[in-house]
Amino acid sequence: MTNIHQISIFLENRAGSLAEVTGMLAESGINLRALSIAESADYGVLRIIADDAEKATAALLEKGCVLSMTPVTVVSVPDEPAGLSEVLKLLAEGSVDIEYMYSLFTHQNAKAYMVFRVADEEKFRAVLSAHGIGLATKEELGLK
Amino acid sequence: MKRYYQPEIETASREQILAWQNERLVKQVHHVWENVPYYRKKMEEKGLTPEDIKGVADLHKLPFLTKDDLREAYPYGLMGKPLKDCVRIQSTSGTTGKRVVAFYTQKDIDLWEDCCARAIVAVGGTEEDVCQVCYGYGLFTGGPGLNGGSHKVGCLTLPMSSGNTDRQLQFMTDLEATIICCTPSYAAYLAESIHERGLRDQIKLKAGIFGAEAWSEEMRRDVEKSLGIRAYDIYGLTEISGPGVAFECEEQTGMHINEDHFIAEIIDPNTGEVLPEGEKGELVFTCITKEAFPLLRYRTRDICVLSRKKCSCGRTHVKMSKPMGRSDDMLIIKGVNVFPSQIETVLLEQGYQANYQIIVDRVNNSDTLEVQVEMTAENFSDSLSKIGEMEKQLVGALKAMLGIYAKVKLVAPKTIARSEGKAVRIIDKRKI
Ligand SMILES: [Zn+2]
Repeated sequence: MTNIHQISIFLENRAGSLAEVTGMLAESGINLRALSIAESADYGVLRIIADDAEKATAALLEKGCVLSMTPVTVVSVPDEPAGLSEVLKLLAEGSVDIEYMYSLFTHQNAKAYMVFRVADEEKFRAVLSAHGIGLATKEELGLK
Repeated sequence: MKRYYQPEIETASREQILAWQNERLVKQVHHVWENVPYYRKKMEEKGLTPEDIKGVADLHKLPFLTKDDLREAYPYGLMGKPLKDCVRIQSTSGTTGKRVVAFYTQKDIDLWEDCCARAIVAVGGTEEDVCQVCYGYGLFTGGPGLNGGSHKVGCLTLPMSSGNTDRQLQFMTDLEATIICCTPSYAAYLAESIHERGLRDQIKLKAGIFGAEAWSEEMRRDVEKSLGIRAYDIYGLTEISGPGVAFECEEQTGMHINEDHFIAEIIDPNTGEVLPEGEKGELVFTCITKEAFPLLRYRTRDICVLSRKKCSCGRTHVKMSKPMGRSDDMLIIKGVNVFPSQIETVLLEQGYQANYQIIVDRVNNSDTLEVQVEMTAENFSDSLSKIGEMEKQLVGALKAMLGIYAKVKLVAPKTIARSEGKAVRIIDKRKI
């Protein structure tokens, strides 16, 4: 299964810096599937899942952004009350260390998706497959 | 009351001072020629022998020494005495992180402390006084210099060193200190703390000797008013000895240079030409009595003016104005010499670009230093905590290099203007 790549971009903590980046992506016709921001007092890290990661990376680099590519896993979470909570409980029991996570929206179907970045990917996938929890494919999410 | 520490020297006639300088310079040039191969080579390159220097009138023929020479000759290359004759070093930061190490024989320390004693007597110090020294002790010359001078005058000396305001104020009030020696910004900070704690009535200070950083006349008036003292300037640098190279008298219109030990010249920093008296230029010192570290024509990079106008205090030695700036890009932050090149070295080592901006400010009478640097792909990560660790590492490396804390601010690439000039790199917001 091919990895889904997240693009992380360095952001200064000042008004307009996020708009600048999303503007660059819009200009290149990139569609965002997911987005999250982690921030400290002076700077932040913008994490995105773009429909075309390669094109997005090229566009951002050309504009002089500092970025990095990180493989992430998108989990198809049962779309029912406590669906996410169940998954997280299983991961905790399996001692999977989550570095960060955020949600991903899609209009293709009525499922709920969560983007995960974990310390030990192998262990993570083992826990998921042991409990029959599905991973999202690129096609399913409309990613190239 | 004694007005001078060494009246026969401090009020000597101009002719007498010149006679001392002529005799000592000739002797010193011979001493350096015999004992400092590094300088001898410089003289030979100019086709000079000691016989060419017959007195102060020939001084301009001698080659200059700069901080670059100190770096090149580090650590022993400029010594005029074997190590067995030396008893002390003092040190300060140099241009590219290599520190300046100056050596002293016992006689050098003696003469240096005499200079500091002259400064203390000039502000009214006697053996009746209690002198609180809150300059740093250790490698920094401030504490050891004034401490020695205070002993020579016979003051009860409080060797407080810097910091720990609670303890400073406790000793100041309990032991009734009458003279305080510290940086002007620390004096302003102490004054504020004294008012906040309502200790003003318990303060017995009459004078302060404030040096090692730039300060304005306005700051002088503020400190004088809030502490009820008279505030005096003092000048010096480790390379030449330390504080006491020049000091202010009761007239408070410039600092008398101890001309029996140091010959001062003002030069055009671009051409090296000696400028006539009264013109603004770079201050150059020649040590004529020092044994262990006998620098000749050392360029201080401080820009100032000399004046031989008769002084009402009776001293006859030339006066220098407060330094009005630098002919290089050295910054003095919290009394510490900081060179942008040191910051550059650290940034490159840590994987950042040499594109940066330094912002110096003074908040609550204390200097602050911020280094803005552009984030690089190499140091970037999707994890905030990893970036935080990199940042912490950079702060640690800067502290190790500069000796003071610098706040680091990571900014987006290409947001700091590319420039060759130092003006853009350094933003000094301090109102001095
Ligand atoms: Zn005077």
